[in-house]
Amino acid sequence: MAVQEYLAPATVDDAVAVLGEHGSAARVFAGGTDLIIQVRERRRDVGVMVDIKKIPELVECAFTGDGGLRIGAAVPCARLYRDPEVAAKFPCLIDSASLIGGIQIQSRASLGGNLCNSSPAADSIPTLIALGVTCEIAGSSGRRTVPVEQFCTGPGQNVLQPGEFLVALNVPAPGANSGAAFERFIPRNEMDIAVCNAAASVVLSADGSTFQSARIAVGAVAPTPLLVAAAGEALAGQPVSAASIASAADAARAAAVPITDMRGSTAQRKHLASVLVTRVLNQAVERAGRA
Amino acid sequence: MSKHHVITRINGEDIEFLTDPGTSLLSALRDQLGLTGAKEGCNNGNCGACNVVLNGELVNSCCVLAVEVNGGELATIEGVANGDDLHPLQQSFINDAALQCGICTPGFIVAAKALLEREPDADEARIRHWLAGNLCRCTGYDKIVQAVLDAAPEMRAAARA
Repeated sequence: MAVQEYLAPATVDDAVAVLGEHGSAARVFAGGTDLIIQVRERRRDVGVMVDIKKIPELVECAFTGDGGLRIGAAVPCARLYRDPEVAAKFPCLIDSASLIGGIQIQSRASLGGNLCNSSPAADSIPTLIALGVTCEIAGSSGRRTVPVEQFCTGPGQNVLQPGEFLVALNVPAPGANSGAAFERFIPRNEMDIAVCNAAASVVLSADGSTFQSARIAVGAVAPTPLLVAAAGEALAGQPVSAASIASAADAARAAAVPITDMRGSTAQRKHLASVLVTRVLNQAVERAGRA
Repeated sequence: MSKHHVITRINGEDIEFLTDPGTSLLSALRDQLGLTGAKEGCNNGNCGACNVVLNGELVNSCCVLAVEVNGGELATIEGVANGDDLHPLQQSFINDAALQCGICTPGFIVAAKALLEREPDADEARIRHWLAGNLCRCTGYDKIVQAVLDAAPEMRAAARA
């Protein structure tokens, strides 16, 4: 590896200063499960590794006063699914956190890192989009907030500017009668990259008969994970039924603009977008009924 | 490039070493510290042959920088046996012929030990799920899973004692 320096700032301000000083040679380092490999395989040139795991707020995961969840950008996936309260309130987060890599990866890999790696097939990003999560980003001019659906700008690319880094993910409190779910399709049972993935979050009427609102996101079918606004619009105000769910699935299929590659064809991925959106909507409705 | 001074605890022993900032933990263990039990399989986080336990968490040591373990605590395959007394998992891997070439074995044992210490009653489905990050190209996995199942009662008994 060509890494010349390892720095572990203790505060967000120190990290911003270090990133400003080293410019494009520096790279923020959390779990390292993507970054260390990219550097080793010379897919990314990093002179200065800036380890953010010594910054307390980057490794904290805590409920906010209003019932939301603030997840430090370096909190490993395993911490999320081992927390019974997080697992009970945000099962959709656990759907994603528990299938990114194997156990060894989940000990280190963070949702923040998965987002910043900005793969179109990332298994946490549709979940974060469906849940309406916002990114808290620190830079030399202070902090700014970006909705997750606006974070990725292309494969491996995102809105982070030089000197900026992701501090935390803010998950809004789940509303009454709400539920969410994530699924992916892979040709084997574990340890693979999604051919397609999808997440849905729904809010139902008090009697559970009608969709009040829904947020639906699909991955691996475009250069970035997509919020399919049309799918949510197709459900708002509609009865909870196979027909309304099918209309949302159709909208997801229409929004999908996948490529054909070694993992799947364009036609297969468009079909999968429809199938997975149907499944996650059904599961989200079921979870809303249980909440 | 400045070297980093690392102070850590490995299998209960205080260890100090110097490392370059980009050196992996796996490389430091094998090439500097002579702890060659952790194997380099894929060197990219897929195969689990380099598994160690860092601060209580099962990790791929190829995906950790050596400098990160400063102030931390490590458990490696070298610390699993008690002198000449094999750990129940090691003995059951032998009894069940759960290895052929053996290069994946240290990783499987470290991973399985981490599971059974956390979840002593893990069933076959849970064991298979937990070990999904460990690859074996010889055994077809069934004997490995059986060995873990067979070691579990003895580990439970030892934990109660």
